[in-house]
Amino acid sequence: MLGTILLLALRSIRRHVLRSLLTMLGIVIGVAAVVSMVTLGKATTAAVTQQIAALGTNILQVRPGQGFGRGGGGPAPRDFEPADIMAIRQQVGGVTAVAPQASASGTAIYEGANWSTTINGTTSDFFKIQPWPLQTGRSFNEDEETAGKSVCIIGSTVSTNLFRGADPIGKRFRIGEVSCDVIGLLTTKGQAGFGGDQDDIVIMPIKTVQRRFLGTTAIRTILVGVDQNYSTEQVQQTLTRLLRERRHITEGKDDDFNIFDTKQISDTLTQTTTMLTRIVAAVAAISLVVGGIGIMNIMLVSVTERTREIGIRLAIGAVASEVLLQFLVEAVVLSCLGGLIGLLLAQLVVGVATPLMDLPWIFDPAVNLGAFAVSAAIGVIFGYFPARRAASLNPIDALRHE
Amino acid sequence: MAGTESPAAPIISLRGITKVFGTGETAFRALKGVDLDIAAGDFVAVMGPSGSGKSTMMNILGCLDVSTSGAFLFHGHHVEDLDRDQRALLRRRYLGFVFQGFNLLARTSALENVELPLLYRGDAKQNRRQEAMAALEKVGLADWAGHTPGELSGGQQQRVAIARAIVTNPEILLADEPTGNLDSQRSVEIMEFLATLNRDSGITVLMVTHEPDMAEYARRIVHFKDGLIDRIEEAGRRPEAMGGTTGGVTG
Repeated sequence: MLGTILLLALRSIRRHVLRSLLTMLGIVIGVAAVVSMVTLGKATTAAVTQQIAALGTNILQVRPGQGFGRGGGGPAPRDFEPADIMAIRQQVGGVTAVAPQASASGTAIYEGANWSTTINGTTSDFFKIQPWPLQTGRSFNEDEETAGKSVCIIGSTVSTNLFRGADPIGKRFRIGEVSCDVIGLLTTKGQAGFGGDQDDIVIMPIKTVQRRFLGTTAIRTILVGVDQNYSTEQVQQTLTRLLRERRHITEGKDDDFNIFDTKQISDTLTQTTTMLTRIVAAVAAISLVVGGIGIMNIMLVSVTERTREIGIRLAIGAVASEVLLQFLVEAVVLSCLGGLIGLLLAQLVVGVATPLMDLPWIFDPAVNLGAFAVSAAIGVIFGYFPARRAASLNPIDALRHE
Repeated sequence: MAGTESPAAPIISLRGITKVFGTGETAFRALKGVDLDIAAGDFVAVMGPSGSGKSTMMNILGCLDVSTSGAFLFHGHHVEDLDRDQRALLRRRYLGFVFQGFNLLARTSALENVELPLLYRGDAKQNRRQEAMAALEKVGLADWAGHTPGELSGGQQQRVAIARAIVTNPEILLADEPTGNLDSQRSVEIMEFLATLNRDSGITVLMVTHEPDMAEYARRIVHFKDGLIDRIEEAGRRPEAMGGTTGGVTG
C-alpha cells in the first residue's frame, strides 16, 4: 500500500517537472538565503571576537596628548621618561607589567633581500601584557635590555620576506645602520582589526631603538597590564593621578596625556557584533517569510489543477486517505529535496564568501537544521492542506472544480 | 411500464430519491423523489433537458454525490448509510466511469491512466500491466499505450477513458454524455463499443445523453423532466438489442 502511494507520488513529481522545480526553488532559495546569511553573520561575529582576543584585554595604553593623536594647536605634549615607567611599577597597585614603547622604521637587508618595516622598541614585559607568543627562540634577557644590545624578535612577515622560509634564529641582518641578531620569531597574528599587517614588525630592546635609531630616551607609549582582580577603571584613576603629579599638571587643567582602555574597545565591538547578529537574524527571518510565500504561491496556483486530479482519483476508486497520503509524500519529498539542495547551496556560498571576506569558515548545525525545518514545514503544510480540503469535497465537486 | 420490473432482484433500486442544492431561499430541488430499478445487464439511457436532474441522478448512482433523502439500494444494501470511504470502495469494486470531458490524468501515458484503478485496488505490477494492456486492446488502442492524453485525439482519449472504466471488470459502467465532446463518426464508434460491452460482457451500462440517436443504442430510455422521471420507453433501433437477451434482462 505504502509502496503504491510512494510510486504514485514520485510519478506525479516526475510528470510535473516544472511545477515540482518551482516548488523546490522556493524552498531552495529560502534555505540557502537564511543559512548563508546567518552563517556569514556569525562568521563576522567570530572574526571580530578573535580580533578582540588578539587585542588583549586588561591593557591600558598611555600616550602623550589629548585624545587620539597629538591634537590641534598648542605645544607638542611631552613624551614619557624612563623614570615614569619605574614610578608606575612602584606606585600603582594592580599592575602586572609595564612596557615602554618607542618606534622607528627602517629597511632590513639580508643577503640581497630587503624589506621596509616598523621597529618597535620595548622590553620583555611587552610579551607579558600582549597575548603574542613566540613561535621559536626567546625573548630579551635583562642584560640585553639594560645594555641595549642589537638583538631582535621578528614578525612572520619580516621573516618570510627576509629569510625566505629559512630558520631566522641566529641569523644576523642589517636594519638601518644596525647589525642585528635574530633571537625570536613571533607567531603569525594576522591582519589587525583596523587594517595593517601586525606581523610586519621587528621588536628590539627599547634602549637599542632609542640609542641607535631615535637618539633620545623619550618613550612614546606605555603599555600597562592590569591584574585581573583589579578593575581597570580604578587602576586608570591611580595612574592618571600619578602621571598628573609627575607631569606637574595643576588642578583644573586638562591631562596632557590619555589613557586608552582596550576593554572599552572590546566592549564597543561586542555591542556592535551583538547588533550585527540581531540584524542578520531579522534579515534571515524576512527571507524565510519571502521563501515561504513563494512556496505557498506555487502550491495554491496548482490547487485547481490538483483538485480535478483528486476528483478523478476519487472517482476511479481511491479512498480519500490514499490521495492525501500521496500528496503528503509529494510535499515531503519536494520540501526535503529542496531543503537539502538549499543547504548545499548555502555551504557553497559560505565556502566561497568566507575566504573572500577574510572570515573564518564556520558551520552551525542549529542554523542549518532550523532553516531546513521551517522551510520544509511550510512546504508540507501548503502542499497538504489545500489537498485535504479538496479530498473532503464530494468527488463530483472536485471533478467540476474550476 | 411493466417492462421496468425485472423478475430477478434489481442491482439498483432508487426509492423517493431527492436532492436539494443550497439552503433556504436559494435552495434548488434538483430531484424531487425518483423511483427507479435497474437490472443486471440493462443498458439505460437517461435523457432530458438541462436542469431536469438527469446528471444529478447519475452522480448519485455513481456514488460521486449523495442524495438528500430517499433510499438507494445497491444489491439490496443501503448506499445512503455508507460513509465516504465505503462509497469509495464501492466505486473501486463495482463501478466504472466515463465522463464527457474524459478526465484522464494529464501528462500520464494511456497505459498508466488505465492502470490507475488497478493500482488503487492493490494489484501486483505484472498483473496491472497485463490487464491494462488487455483493456487498451479491447478499445483498439494497444499501439497507443505509451501516449499521453495530449497526444491523442478526443475519440482516442474517450476510448482510453473507457478502457480505464472497464479494466476492473465493473458490474456497472456509468457514462455521463460520453459522446458530448465528439463528432458523429467518433460518437457512433463509442456507442457501438458500449453496446458491444453490454451485450458481450454483460456489463450494465447507464448513460446520460441528450442526443436521441445515441439513446437508441440503449435498451431503455428514461426521460427526466423537472427533477422527476417523466416516462420510460423501450429503445431498440439496434436489431441485435431486440432479439439478444443477456443477464436477467427482460424486454
